[in-house]
Amino acid sequence: MKPLLRIVDLHKSFGTLEVLAGISIDVERGEKLSIIGPSGSGKTTLLRCVNYLEKPTAGHIYVDDKLIGEKQVDDKFVHLSDRELAKERAEIGFVFQRFNLFPHLTALDNVSVAPRRVLGLEKRDAEERALAMLEKVGLAHKAGEYPERLSGGQQQRVAIARVLVMQPKLMLFDEATSALDPELIGEVLKVIRELAEEGRTMVMVTHEINFAEEISDRVIFMDDGKIVEEGPPHEIFANPTHQRTREFLRQIIDR
Amino acid sequence: MPEFWIKMWEWWPEIFPVLLRATAMTVQVMIGALIVALILGMAVALMRISKFKLLRYPALFYTDVMRGTPALVQIFIIYFGLSDLGIEFDPVSAAIIGLGMNGAAYVGEIYRAGIEAIHRGQVEAALSLGMTPARAMRYIILPQALRLMLPPLCNYAILLVKDTAIISTIAAPEIMFEARRLVQATFMYSISGQIYLLCAGFYLALTLPLSQVAKRLEKAKERWR
Amino acid sequence: MIDFLRGYEDYLGGWLWEMGIASLATLQLMFVSFWLACAIGMVAALIPMARIKALNLLVKLYIGFFRGVPVLVILYWIYFALPEMGYEVLVVSSYTAAILGLGLHGGAFLAEIFRSGIESLHKGQMEAALSLGMTPAKAMAYIVLPQAIRVVLPPIANFAVGLLKETALCSIIAAPELMLRAKDLASSSFLPMHAFVMAAVFYYIMSFPLMRAVEYLEVKMGKGLRTG
Repeated sequence: MKPLLRIVDLHKSFGTLEVLAGISIDVERGEKLSIIGPSGSGKTTLLRCVNYLEKPTAGHIYVDDKLIGEKQVDDKFVHLSDRELAKERAEIGFVFQRFNLFPHLTALDNVSVAPRRVLGLEKRDAEERALAMLEKVGLAHKAGEYPERLSGGQQQRVAIARVLVMQPKLMLFDEATSALDPELIGEVLKVIRELAEEGRTMVMVTHEINFAEEISDRVIFMDDGKIVEEGPPHEIFANPTHQRTREFLRQIIDR
Repeated sequence: MPEFWIKMWEWWPEIFPVLLRATAMTVQVMIGALIVALILGMAVALMRISKFKLLRYPALFYTDVMRGTPALVQIFIIYFGLSDLGIEFDPVSAAIIGLGMNGAAYVGEIYRAGIEAIHRGQVEAALSLGMTPARAMRYIILPQALRLMLPPLCNYAILLVKDTAIISTIAAPEIMFEARRLVQATFMYSISGQIYLLCAGFYLALTLPLSQVAKRLEKAKERWR
Repeated sequence: MIDFLRGYEDYLGGWLWEMGIASLATLQLMFVSFWLACAIGMVAALIPMARIKALNLLVKLYIGFFRGVPVLVILYWIYFALPEMGYEVLVVSSYTAAILGLGLHGGAFLAEIFRSGIESLHKGQMEAALSLGMTPAKAMAYIVLPQAIRVVLPPIANFAVGLLKETALCSIIAAPELMLRAKDLASSSFLPMHAFVMAAVFYYIMSFPLMRAVEYLEVKMGKGLRTG
């Protein structure tokens, strides 16, 4: 079986600043990958490149064997049009650190807007599906509420429901709990754990070391735009090989 | 002093209807120009935020010139200048076109600021869900931006009411023009001051309610944010 | 297009000169009115601090009136109405009338700008200054006003651009400035389009640096506020 996600020699520079210096990762179907590292290591940029919110400077990304963000025309690679890119993005789920719910829409509308406007579903069908997803994250009773009346944890769960309703092949989590108050983190991690147990393919950038250890199949430690170390969680966390990994973990755990 | 008031009282039936009609004309021109500005302004704004330099730069230049030259000059160019080249407009049409084109620059800026004020994260969330930029604009950005734009648009409406006074110079039958004509035709010079004060009153009758609306909108915007 | 430019042939030299001089007059008119408006606005903004109800009301009426009435009405009133009503002693030159009109009208706008600038400062600033033992006056002078000035610079620069454009209206009361000259040249040459387009170019040249200054200030002051 070919890997669901293939990142091939990815480079990204902002002006003269090189943020990703040649990243290559394969993620198998159903695999849970966690990426950890200090700020500035490029991990968020890496994630944002996968759904092409950032355009890579070099390298390629394949989801389910399909090239993302570009297409091959004869020998050259050409950027996709907005519509083609939108189609690709609909199959990749992205959960933001700051939720980014749409404040002018209720929770139900937030979750149903994409099925209606992207997939073209009828309002009733879209809302049915949306309600089912809200049920799944435990927030069906808040369907009529606006984001400003929801706690951070609730907002993030709605954001996850919003992604789930599109039935993505791949789910990306960009520090999904970093913006939450400590007592709200648990409810979100619970939802993510359930998703993991369903066999979804997930890539998570996170600071939650314990959680990462619990649900990941593989952990990657990044620093300075490069992969420093990767391996199964118990190896990385218990017995890191590299000095930098050790230092980073020591800082995090001492917190 | 009492003489003045007596004279005002005498001539009231002559003065008031004239000014009232003129105010109606002022309102007409203002609404016409507003509509032109709102529509044209949207085009300008979309060009300003477009990715294509070919659309951005002309819109930028247009906005800069409209905002950098007096409305009076613009209206004179449309009314006197174009007639020199063979394109004639009646004063009211020239006024609506001139003030409307001028307004499009201001309104365009209001639209643009409103759109850009919407947090980038919203846009990214919409795009990540598979919306094209156009869809994101329509369902996510514009609905929110509209609420932000209402107070400044209301303020612009107030400015527009006051700007209509300019068109008295091209003999459009609005408040200042009619007032002056009335004074000169009937030799009411001794109360011309009061008449102009009355004109001010009519303008205030238009702008004060708009200010109240603007204040309410501002408060509503605060609450909603 | 070429035909149009050809129309300038006979006039270019003379017009450039005349409009150039008139532009200087415009700038002078704008400059003087600006400071008058600043003075009036500053007074109107600071009077409420004295907390005298009658004065507060007066200021409110002043601001409300002059912000809701077109500047043209004010100009008419000062220049036409006063002499026509028989107040010979109050007759002023068109230049003075222009300055008074623009100044009075502009003062109301600046008063609003100053007032909201002062209010936008965190109340904590004043409180902190007072707890350190400063009198309200000292707190104003050393803490509040210096910060308020940074906040109000962009809107004031914006006001200046508006003022420059308002000078064109003074042509209606025959004040010496660019628009009046343009009208003269237009009627004497029977080329209104050429005359007014050239006038527009001169106005644009005058307002261009101001508009760029506004943009610069908006960026600079915006950054400063975030750290404060």
